[in-house]
Amino acid sequence: MSSAQNSPYARGVSRRSLFRGAVGLAGVSALGIPALSACSSSKSSGGTGGDAGAATGTVTIGSNGSDPVPKKAFADLFAAANTATGLTTTVNTVDHNTFQQNISTYLQGTPDDIFTWFAGYRMQFFAQQGLLHDVNDVWDKIGGNFSDAIKAQSKGLDGKYYFVPDYYYPWGLFYSKSLWSSKGYTAPTTWDDFITLCKKMKSDGLSPVALGEQDGWPAMGTFDYINMRTNGYQFHIELMQGKQAWTDAKVKATFDHWTELLGYTSPGANGRKWQDAVTMVMNGQAGMCVHGLDQAGPVFQQAGKSDDLDFFAFPAIDPANGQDAVEAPIDGWMMSKKPKNHDGAVKLLQWLGTAPAQNTYLASSPNDVAAASNPDTSKYNTLQKKSIEFVSSAKQISQFMDRDANPTFVSTVMIPALQKFIGDPTSIGSALSDIESQKKTIYAG
Amino acid sequence: MSRKRGKLRLLTGRDKAVLTAMAGVPALLTTALIWVPALGSIVLSFSKWNGIGGFDQIQWIGGKNYYNITHGYPPFAPAWHHNLIWFAVFVLIPAPLGLYLATQLDKRIRGSRIYQNIFFLPVVLSLALVGFMVELIYAPEQGLINNLTGHTKPGNLVDWIGNPHLNLFAVLTLAVWRQTGYVMILWLAGLKAVDPALREAAALDGANEWQTFRRVVLPSLRPVTIVVTVITVVETLRAFDIVYVVNRGKNGLELLSTLITDNIVGEAIRVGFGSALASILLVVSLLVIVPYLVVTFRRDD
Repeated sequence: MSSAQNSPYARGVSRRSLFRGAVGLAGVSALGIPALSACSSSKSSGGTGGDAGAATGTVTIGSNGSDPVPKKAFADLFAAANTATGLTTTVNTVDHNTFQQNISTYLQGTPDDIFTWFAGYRMQFFAQQGLLHDVNDVWDKIGGNFSDAIKAQSKGLDGKYYFVPDYYYPWGLFYSKSLWSSKGYTAPTTWDDFITLCKKMKSDGLSPVALGEQDGWPAMGTFDYINMRTNGYQFHIELMQGKQAWTDAKVKATFDHWTELLGYTSPGANGRKWQDAVTMVMNGQAGMCVHGLDQAGPVFQQAGKSDDLDFFAFPAIDPANGQDAVEAPIDGWMMSKKPKNHDGAVKLLQWLGTAPAQNTYLASSPNDVAAASNPDTSKYNTLQKKSIEFVSSAKQISQFMDRDANPTFVSTVMIPALQKFIGDPTSIGSALSDIESQKKTIYAG
Repeated sequence: MSRKRGKLRLLTGRDKAVLTAMAGVPALLTTALIWVPALGSIVLSFSKWNGIGGFDQIQWIGGKNYYNITHGYPPFAPAWHHNLIWFAVFVLIPAPLGLYLATQLDKRIRGSRIYQNIFFLPVVLSLALVGFMVELIYAPEQGLINNLTGHTKPGNLVDWIGNPHLNLFAVLTLAVWRQTGYVMILWLAGLKAVDPALREAAALDGANEWQTFRRVVLPSLRPVTIVVTVITVVETLRAFDIVYVVNRGKNGLELLSTLITDNIVGEAIRVGFGSALASILLVVSLLVIVPYLVVTFRRDD
């Protein structure tokens, strides 16, 4: 814990109390999903958000939506934005991975007024570096559109809002409905039932849990869930933020549970692409896989088997933590430090933070769900509707290891460590102290 | 020598301007684009900086990065190890194999142009394509090898890409396949330049084919041999693309080059730590290149 004192995140005020204070300021009901309220007007014209309602001119947007499907979705979205807000929008699209890799150079150069980004530490880091403009005035108007859990994911460590959520997708255990009904499997809710199910699948000649870890990130979802179920959300998030030690016995307990599960995980995970893992589930070679709807959905969709896909929550390990936390990465918008058209950017973000705007974008992407809590679900498929229920009922939302923790730490320390663990689970004992010492040097700077 | 100096004095103002431009501009560019950044990296390797904010944000921490690299960075030792294996394999396989193929092609056998293209083709393939081929060949359930040999079931699956004891050699197979074509073209160019009169003379003296090759052809290939040696070293030190495409240089595929990229390319970066790794690689490269330059220049004298 001594590292917490050196950590840039150690503050006098806890995250939770900051959050509570800010919610109070925003004047929003404390629990549950706020219903469509007075401040949820879907168009921002003539609103109460100060002078933003009267803003005009051009707003520039930096987009990482370089693939054909999101590119078209963004084009549709901003065509609708021009009509709805009276602003002129200019979208600058950059290759998806390049956009992420160059983000700090981009933000220090001449960034667009607003740009696409991700919730979690990945957003808070740049807020803390002073590269972002807060969007509190946007939230004055859109606050009623989002659940508390999603609001909490939109704030920097200083309690100000820096992020306008657009859409999210849940992580869970995905499976093929036809396989499960033919074998008579049912979704387990506890670890013991989960292991029993794995044993049964193994005796049925299946690989119980498919895993494709070649790209380094897919197994993080499994770690996040086991850690949150074993040690609770708060510990998990503090571990991600560098405030807890990886040498803590609690982390060892997480890896012990995972070691048990690895006995039922498809061998050769480090040499398999995640697409192949999902395909094993789809083809009935494997029983299930820990993934996001954003990954499992498209694989089933391309094979024309969308109706065969379903998912359930990761089972509880410690009853104290139950199945409370849900991993649901949120994508959205941020404002750069010195937008050329601040009022216009505020007005545009106020519109982007509404359910109709988000559904405009999602019209072509049935594997994500609008982040606003009151979307029109008439065009949603079963899994999208289920995702809304799944995430709304969550007591806490985590993002994903690479969004909740320092990206350098994740890519240079955690990916090698997780791959090594999966290849040889006995290696984790000594690996944890290596992880901790590297964490200290990385999080200190 | 004195004649040269005499000539220099005869240069007109225009000649001098042209010479200054032709020698000065490249020299300036090399300094500005190569040596200033390289020296900058060395300076930054003693710092801690996340690349955000002005130079005033840089903290100077002495040799701490080097200490952390050697004492608390688990991938560093494997990366060295893998670079050395890479070098050994490149010396033992593509270099002689390229020479063998080149000598065969040099015999003007029928269709030698076609063979030449087949062997050279891998060199022009983009790394994205080679990465895709890695998947097609080695993937555990869908891959070519495991399906041909019947190793796709959980019990007997061969994990070519994921097993850290196998994957370096799986990837090296493709790297060697590419490197052989490259080296072959160099040898072939060298062989074409060997004076046919030398071979005739050897034949008249009663030398057999092996003796001709060993005593006459190979010595006259010495300049090409040096080039191939340097290329082999350089390709070893800058080996990067194939492993990066496969798994970003993790889990048994660590190389010095991927460690640098890991630390200085990305959202949140460690400029100082990455620069220290780059400086280590720079020193190793200089240890190889400086002797080569010394030898080359000495021979020119």
